[in-house]
Amino acid sequence: MIEEIGRTTEGDLIINIGPQHPATHGVLHLVITLNGETIKKVEPHLGYIHRSIEKMCESLSYRQFIYVTSRMDYLSSHINNHACALCVEKGLQIEPPQRAQYIRVIMDELTRIASHELWWGAMAMDLGAFTPFFHAFRERETITDIMEKTCGARLTMNYMVPGGVMAELHPGFQRDVERFIQLYKSKFEEYSELVTGNVIFQNRMKSVGVLSKEDAISYGCSGPVGRASGVSCDIRKLYPYDIYNKVEFDEITETEGDSYARYVVRLKEIQQSIRIIEQLLGNIPEGDFQAKTKAVLKLPKGEFYQRVETARGELGVYIVSEGGTTPYRIKFRSPGFSNLSALEHMVKGLKIGDLIAAMGSLDLVIPDIDR
Amino acid sequence: MLSLENITRIIHEWLNSHFNPAIALDTEFVLVGVASITLFALLGLSLVWMERKVAAVMQIRLGPNRVGPKGIFQTTADTLKLLMKEGLVPDGADKFLFNLAPFIVMIVAMLILAPIAFAKNFQIWDINIGVLYLSAISSLSVIGILMAGWASNSKYSLLGAMRSGAQIVSYELSAGLSVLSIVVLTGSLSIKDIILSQQNGWWIFKAHIPALISFIIFIIAVTAETNRAPFDMAEAESELTAGFHTEYSGMRFALFFLAEYINIFIVCAIGATLFFGGWMPLHIGSWQAFNHIMDYIPSSIWFLGKTIGLIFLIMWFRWTFPRLRIDQLLNLEWKYLLPISMFNLLLTSLVAIMGWYF
Amino acid sequence: MFLKDYIKDVYGAVSSLLKGMRMTGYYFTHHKEIITEQYPDNRETLKIADRFRGEVVLLHDENNEHACTGCSACEIACPNGTIKIINKFDISPEGKKKKAIDTFVYHLELCTMCNLCIEACPTDAIKMAQTFEHSVYDRSKLTKKLNNEGSKLREGIE
Ligand code: SF4
Ligand code: SF4
Repeated sequence: MIEEIGRTTEGDLIINIGPQHPATHGVLHLVITLNGETIKKVEPHLGYIHRSIEKMCESLSYRQFIYVTSRMDYLSSHINNHACALCVEKGLQIEPPQRAQYIRVIMDELTRIASHELWWGAMAMDLGAFTPFFHAFRERETITDIMEKTCGARLTMNYMVPGGVMAELHPGFQRDVERFIQLYKSKFEEYSELVTGNVIFQNRMKSVGVLSKEDAISYGCSGPVGRASGVSCDIRKLYPYDIYNKVEFDEITETEGDSYARYVVRLKEIQQSIRIIEQLLGNIPEGDFQAKTKAVLKLPKGEFYQRVETARGELGVYIVSEGGTTPYRIKFRSPGFSNLSALEHMVKGLKIGDLIAAMGSLDLVIPDIDR
Repeated sequence: MLSLENITRIIHEWLNSHFNPAIALDTEFVLVGVASITLFALLGLSLVWMERKVAAVMQIRLGPNRVGPKGIFQTTADTLKLLMKEGLVPDGADKFLFNLAPFIVMIVAMLILAPIAFAKNFQIWDINIGVLYLSAISSLSVIGILMAGWASNSKYSLLGAMRSGAQIVSYELSAGLSVLSIVVLTGSLSIKDIILSQQNGWWIFKAHIPALISFIIFIIAVTAETNRAPFDMAEAESELTAGFHTEYSGMRFALFFLAEYINIFIVCAIGATLFFGGWMPLHIGSWQAFNHIMDYIPSSIWFLGKTIGLIFLIMWFRWTFPRLRIDQLLNLEWKYLLPISMFNLLLTSLVAIMGWYF
Repeated sequence: MFLKDYIKDVYGAVSSLLKGMRMTGYYFTHHKEIITEQYPDNRETLKIADRFRGEVVLLHDENNEHACTGCSACEIACPNGTIKIINKFDISPEGKKKKAIDTFVYHLELCTMCNLCIEACPTDAIKMAQTFEHSVYDRSKLTKKLNNEGSKLREGIE
């Protein structure tokens, strides 16, 4: 069986999924080799949205380069910015004020919820159900409204700066977030009625795209993809940053490693995020939202690394500084890239429909993979 | 009273009194042809609009609301746009088959129209093997789809067409079996007889459990046969972009699109005829007063109402469920629907023989 | 035993499907809230957050005075080269040379609305406006001169 799959024979059908395809959510290009409907090979071709963000960052100052990272994984832009800000802070050896840390964590978690919401809708749409997409947007819109009120933008917020956050929370922030939590809790039941419990959905997801724990580790999968395979890889727990060590939340892990497990992990993660927000929201300490920093930031000579947990997994920011005002070299370790590399392993020998389901459950954001 | 029945009779008498019978018959043919093409156009436009509205309401949106009041002319505008677009033929396509395919699909849809009774005594062709004719013709549409997929010279299209072939051929079985159970109860293949046999109540009520089971199987099978979500494997836009009509554009695409909706209308009309008494008003046993009131509603309204109800049901499916995978689709048919419908046919025969229906 | 599982399967499947249909059916019959914006019909009632970043503007008061000293801090802070400050030297009545802006060039087409220039400005001369309908037919219209004709620096701002 295995040998048979590796061989390309005549009569194989080679199909391009992408770069323009409804299921790839962007410009991912998969070249798949088919035998009938059965997948023999999946070959991702990258580079369609490569903007050389890493190279760009080398010519930007330590204040400026943060905004570009919003354009990597645009669905967790806050968290990307957070990672960069943390890394610069590490180099400068400053600590943001408590208030800023609280705000950052709340914003991170809101971003995570928004990202998972969008993924939920898109996942259902990949499987052919359109309605959940709009229902997901109803809740997500509340979060983007909050973001717009506080940060001034809906998607690429650029709210984190080295030493804290850019601006004070908007006056009704707490009330708005509480309203969102209420809305979400009242609608959560719908999610399971519309999608999770649906027998078609379960059949499409269960034991599809199975990734064992060992494989997940060897492919470097992180985030919900890794956790669904039983790898405990939540950076918020393992290497807590800001005030994550002060809040209580569970690291969600499943053992099946199939698409359904990944789905469940994400849905449960939304609830953990809400738990974190609920703990922090009422007791944001008074104080400054930004530490005093110099107008021109200079990192000492050396190498700095910071990792955070984005909605998709572990994001690493690696800065090499020569002591100047701009980084000498920057490298981002993006979660999507490693997760995508596991795709072929997951879907070999399955059907085209399974490829779509497995790809959806990886929650790929293409600009994050290409940068 | 001005009913569809009277109109046709008046036209028929007028033609026969003014021309010789051969010319009159020819004129009637032409009239029927024109009428059915008009019906097609109207149906296509209104059903697409209805689908978009239904989808919008379920998705907490408004749906088309720009062209005309409540957007009712939106689909007309879309059709005009499609008419004016260039119809591209891909390189390496089999031009003849490529052009022929949409017409085959359309013609098949038109043929099925023949034995359907739209109102009391308003039927294009009252053939005594109506049900057999229906199931024979409806399986022909797969030829058009296969043709389109093959001729497009595109792998997406080919895969879509092959899926569609496997799907229609298998679901034909359980659709046929569920239709048979009504034939068993009625003892006739003629659409007219089937409707008349529901004078004192529709089959879905009269023959209770077996009829209900066969109705459920019927509605699932025809959803699959018309390639509608959750069985839209042939299109499966997240897998095959647009399946068998990926390469079609302009008017040829419009024909496929139209045919999809016409097919929905037709299968729902069949369902309404078999299980809900076609144009027969709702009669309940011996409640004379109630039955009389129901008789005042014109029969064409009854027929349309039931059909649109069923169409809504199919649209409801589409906007609720995710899509099945191709092997699950076949599993569903061969492991669940087919055994159940066979068993149900036995049950129905028993009910029919023992006279256990009302 | 097999039959029992089979029937249970079918029952579970059908009931889960019906649950989903109840959900969408509920929304079909309770058509009250609409999640989409009826733009552009709702232009009048559209509420845009105060902090929304739509475009950089230079604030002028009623005397046509602004607070921009021409220090170019915003130009340096901008990661995209969106802002170009062109300075001139005014001769004050006392005969001293004084720096003032001649043209504040703003390339809207290059701006990513990152807010860094606003943060950098020491005199709060610029801010983000809440406009968002920026599309034009001619690209040159996106290059804007932010200081009004004949405007000058407000008294007392260094
Ligand atoms: S908002 Fe950002 S990109 Fe735009 S002008 Fe200011 S600093 Fe430059
Ligand atoms: S706008 Fe502000 S930062 Fe820019 S030149 Fe004027 S005073 Fe300086």
